[in-house]
Amino acid sequence: MFLLSNVLMDPARAEELLSLAGSSLLPMLKGAITYTIPLSLITFAIGIILAVLTALARLSSIKVLNWIARFYVSIIRGTPLLVQLFIIFYGLPNLGLTINPLPSAIIGFSLSVGAYSSEIIRAAILSIPKGQWEAGFSIGMTYTQSLKRIILPQAARVSIPPLSNSFISLIKDTSLASLVLVSELFRKAQEIASTSYEFLLLYTEAAIIYWVICTILSFIQGRLETRLERYVTK
Amino acid sequence: MINIKNLHKSFGELEVLKGINLEIEKGKVIVMIGPSGSGKTTFLRCLNLLEIPNAGTIEIDGKVMDFNQKKLNKKSIVDFRSLTGMVFQNYNLFPHKTALENVMEGPVIVKKISKEHAREKAVKLLTKVGLADKVNYYPHQLSGGQQQRVGIARAMGIEPKVMLFDEPTSALDPELVGEVLRVMKDLAQEGMTMVVVTHEMRFAREAADEIIFFDQGVIMERGVPEEIFTNPKEERTKRFLERIQ
Ligand SMILES: Nc1ncnc2c1ncn2[C@@H]1O[C@H](COP(=O)(O)OP(=O)(O)OP(=O)(O)O)[C@@H](O)[C@H]1O
Ligand SMILES: [Mg+2]
Repeated sequence: MFLLSNVLMDPARAEELLSLAGSSLLPMLKGAITYTIPLSLITFAIGIILAVLTALARLSSIKVLNWIARFYVSIIRGTPLLVQLFIIFYGLPNLGLTINPLPSAIIGFSLSVGAYSSEIIRAAILSIPKGQWEAGFSIGMTYTQSLKRIILPQAARVSIPPLSNSFISLIKDTSLASLVLVSELFRKAQEIASTSYEFLLLYTEAAIIYWVICTILSFIQGRLETRLERYVTK
Repeated sequence: MINIKNLHKSFGELEVLKGINLEIEKGKVIVMIGPSGSGKTTFLRCLNLLEIPNAGTIEIDGKVMDFNQKKLNKKSIVDFRSLTGMVFQNYNLFPHKTALENVMEGPVIVKKISKEHAREKAVKLLTKVGLADKVNYYPHQLSGGQQQRVGIARAMGIEPKVMLFDEPTSALDPELVGEVLRVMKDLAQEGMTMVVVTHEMRFAREAADEIIFFDQGVIMERGVPEEIFTNPKEERTKRFLERIQ
């Protein structure tokens, strides 16, 4: 309160802050456009592929596959994402395996999306009535054909709302990539803040940019869901 | 056409089919009746290999499945399944596909027929079941009777040797039953071999060549409708018919 009134009483200070907000906007947006958004899109795409494979492995009757999938999901879900990123970026070099910041982030986030989303996709597959499999079989389809043509398209529709939520969480989580030196949105904010000492202003500005991105995505999610309402699952 | 020998099926301890022997000639319509839990559905599902019998053999159109051997080849199961078309009690249409796509799916994906050819064929089938004006509707836009007729067209799409119906009208409102039965009668008239589980006694009387009374996992009695309905030999058949009429 005191601070706020201070700023309001002092036009010079207000102007200084305003100009910093303006000049920092461009680098932050650049961080968002060159890193935050592509990183989110790439990791989400890889993560979903991983998730489908993991879900299928979990549902498979082959014990080894099942076991590997459970182990993977358990490790990723049972440890903090930040720790995973640190192991990949700062830890692996001890084994002589040095991975650059961006690829490290891609690996870490993809593994995370893969594990969490596999549970969503598994539940979606299980939610499709058994009669759908049988209808596929009864017209002569194999397991794989039924899965691809009948079950997964319906499961996809069921999993779109929870997966969209995962995607929005992912965008926010990518701020952790700043800690493995990826120059994404939040790292830009940190860099500018560390020289100007205007932490409140810059971090709030970063928060607003995240908020705008996520709001736009929520809107797109809503549209996507209405489009997929074309048919109704029994 | 169909020759079933000593067919057994158990679910764990529960023996549901206790050695079924049945021969069905080409073009015949067989109606199966029997009390709830007697194994009618299980029997049809065994013919379609949605359940794998524990013992016995099934021969359809010259192709034999022998369940006495331990390990069955997956491909042979899939191939054998295409000999029969299954119509389910609750239709099981693909909700994400239109009526046309439901019918095209088997021909295109399984039989690898070209899309144009399959579309033509599917339109013909849908026209035959009286749905020429509904080809582009999704299942949820259709009434139960219409959905079931799509189900019949879909099963016909793979050109099965035998059509299997498991209580095809029992999920329908009474006023919609007639349209489905009419389609089935047309099929019968065209010479389709059919095995129908139903409680529709009028259909049984009018369309069946033979009635099979199923009880406790065995065929208790069989005969022409006339004989079964007016003069059943078995006491259990008599009591069952009294109960449902
Ligand atoms: N997958 C299964 N697992 C265990 N038991 C089963 C299974 N399917 C059927 N059964 C049992 O097998 C018996 C026969 O069932 P089935 O569905 O074949 O009877 P039905 O003659 O079709 O009866 P309804 O007229 O009620 O449809 C029943 O006791 C049923 O509980
Ligand atoms: Mg039944």
